[in-house]
Amino acid sequence: MTSGAMTQDDRLVLREVQGPSALGGGARRSLELLWLIAANEFKRTYFGTVLGYLWSLCRPLLLFAVLLVVFTHVLHLGNTVAHYPVFLLLNIVLFGFFQEATITSVSSVLTQEAVVRKTQFPRLVIPLAVVLTSVFNLVLNLIVVCVFVLAFGISPRWTWLLMVPLLLVLFVLTTAVAMILSALYPRFRDLAIIWAVFATALLYATPVLYPLQHAHGALRTLLACNPLAPLFELSRRWVISPDAPVATGVVEVVVPIALIVGICALAVWVFRREAPRIAEAL
Amino acid sequence: MTASRTPIDEATASTIDRSRLTEGPVVIEARDVTKTFRIPDRRVDSIKERVTHPLTRQTYRELRALRGVSFDVHRGEFFGIVGRNGSGKSTLLKIMASIYRRDAGGLRVAGRLAPFIELGVGFNPELTSRENVVLNGVLMGLSRQQARRRLDAVLEFAELEQFADLKLKNYSSGMMVRLAFAVMVEADADIMLIDEVLAVGDAAFGQKCMDVFRARRDAGKTVVLVTHDMATVQSFCDRAMLLHNGEMQYLGDPEEAALRYYRLNFSGHHDASAPQDVPDVNVRVIDAWLENPAGERVDNIEQGEPIGFNVIFEARHDLAHPMFGFNFHNADGVLLFGFSREFDPPDGEPDELRAGRRVRLSGTIENRLLPGRYSVGAVISRNRTAADLALHMLRLLDFVVYGTEPGHGNVSVDVDMDVTVEDGA
Repeated sequence: MTSGAMTQDDRLVLREVQGPSALGGGARRSLELLWLIAANEFKRTYFGTVLGYLWSLCRPLLLFAVLLVVFTHVLHLGNTVAHYPVFLLLNIVLFGFFQEATITSVSSVLTQEAVVRKTQFPRLVIPLAVVLTSVFNLVLNLIVVCVFVLAFGISPRWTWLLMVPLLLVLFVLTTAVAMILSALYPRFRDLAIIWAVFATALLYATPVLYPLQHAHGALRTLLACNPLAPLFELSRRWVISPDAPVATGVVEVVVPIALIVGICALAVWVFRREAPRIAEAL
Repeated sequence: MTASRTPIDEATASTIDRSRLTEGPVVIEARDVTKTFRIPDRRVDSIKERVTHPLTRQTYRELRALRGVSFDVHRGEFFGIVGRNGSGKSTLLKIMASIYRRDAGGLRVAGRLAPFIELGVGFNPELTSRENVVLNGVLMGLSRQQARRRLDAVLEFAELEQFADLKLKNYSSGMMVRLAFAVMVEADADIMLIDEVLAVGDAAFGQKCMDVFRARRDAGKTVVLVTHDMATVQSFCDRAMLLHNGEMQYLGDPEEAALRYYRLNFSGHHDASAPQDVPDVNVRVIDAWLENPAGERVDNIEQGEPIGFNVIFEARHDLAHPMFGFNFHNADGVLLFGFSREFDPPDGEPDELRAGRRVRLSGTIENRLLPGRYSVGAVISRNRTAADLALHMLRLLDFVVYGTEPGHGNVSVDVDMDVTVEDGA
């Protein structure tokens, strides 16, 4: 009979039952589950309906079109920023990833209630799968961004490669936030609404629609403390405008980095604390 | 059915000596497993309430679901866990399956576990059954490739081949349960943890599940079954554990566990948790056997031969107005017929069986049974109250009826019937 790599002797070795945890049941099993859940979810949104992919492409593009009109023809901000349309599109796609992944992750444990309550399920896989699904989405959207960037006459530079570590940091930060939200949601059911509002506010508190240099004084310093701010500022510099200024003040560098590290540490702490009892709170 | 054609082969087919199972290796070892749930008196589950009432201290009621439960399950055992609602049996199963975390105590398990809890495995209603089956295979410890290879077998067992690409939300609840059971069965785990399985699907599928249980049991797989149904416990389990208010009250013979379970249920409103309210066995079976018409003790009866039936009971405590009942079941545990006799005391003696006295019931029973396996169960009630059980033993005797005239069902009856052509008038 096929039963993994277990031999008859292995089956007789008593092992401590660890109980539910973030990665219970082994790393390999967790990875397989992560892949299956994310892939299933991705397939469902993209191949489940005829317009699946088109719809999910339409959303950022439509938002982009509206904002572009508002910011170039109504507010005239766009005219003062080099390559504003491309800048806006790239930022919307990046922020869209963060927003989509975190908002979906809030109730993700509840969505997966059946597996959580009936099987030994590695809890960490739940928010990770949500983020991974959004990563697939992000990759597809970045291809579209790439087309736009080239169409606007920006030629490829070696700094584009720096986007890989930058996206990695964005991924880690998003995952950390997703972990915190998904772990706390069973105990605080109004977190979904609160986070939806917060994420919308964050859109304006992050240099997505405008470069940081357009803000001044204390407000600029405050905005620069946003852990997402350096990611957007750097991506602009590396992909679109090599001469774009990047904050170099001590506060503007140290605070966001400290916040990113702090959020990650908080995520690990919260998740480890909540994971074993998530099934009981559902 | 082939089983009824070769009853004797069937009877000897099982190669496992089930009485020696407890000498085998331990595959589940529980030591003082303890679990307490903290149930808030007023559930606060929003940030808003936390913020608007920051000074309100959360108060909790402690529900001690398990209070130091210890037991061993040996490889190949069919282990039953019984108890009333809220006795902690499902919590124990969830702790074994790593769904809940125990507060204290040791729990070690050998091999791969497949849980079947609350009539299902973890399904996502938005996915097709194909995707769910693979996902659940991985959940039960298979690799993705292994899970995909078993897909067809699972769908076939669940009889859902035509619906492989239908989303689960469009399934009926019966289909869903069938699929869940099939996933668990085909995961081929070393240990199956099953919670309340009897509500599975329709009668035909229920029968299939029972066949699987029997096959797995005979193949030496370990099964832990949580159930309310004492017939299952008595006919399948090698040992059973009775939980009451989170404590183990009995561990051992399934008949005895079932009897004590009935006692708990019939003991009504007075505090059943006190140990003295779980009386000891009142009646012991000294001997029970079948005879052929020649008066020889036999295990097997030829079709059509009257069944000589003998049983000797010994009262351990005084039994007032005892009533002795016997029920004949087929191999699937279906009741075929039963009869009962009242105690007939010698002249002048009261209708009471004194402690230590023995009583023998003997006689012959007309044998209309078709070839196959049967069992006789005994029920002794007292005080002229059917619910006041002194003994309830589902399998007092097992026997085989052999013969060459199989028919439909379990019994043959004399039929006098002609087939004639009736001309239209």
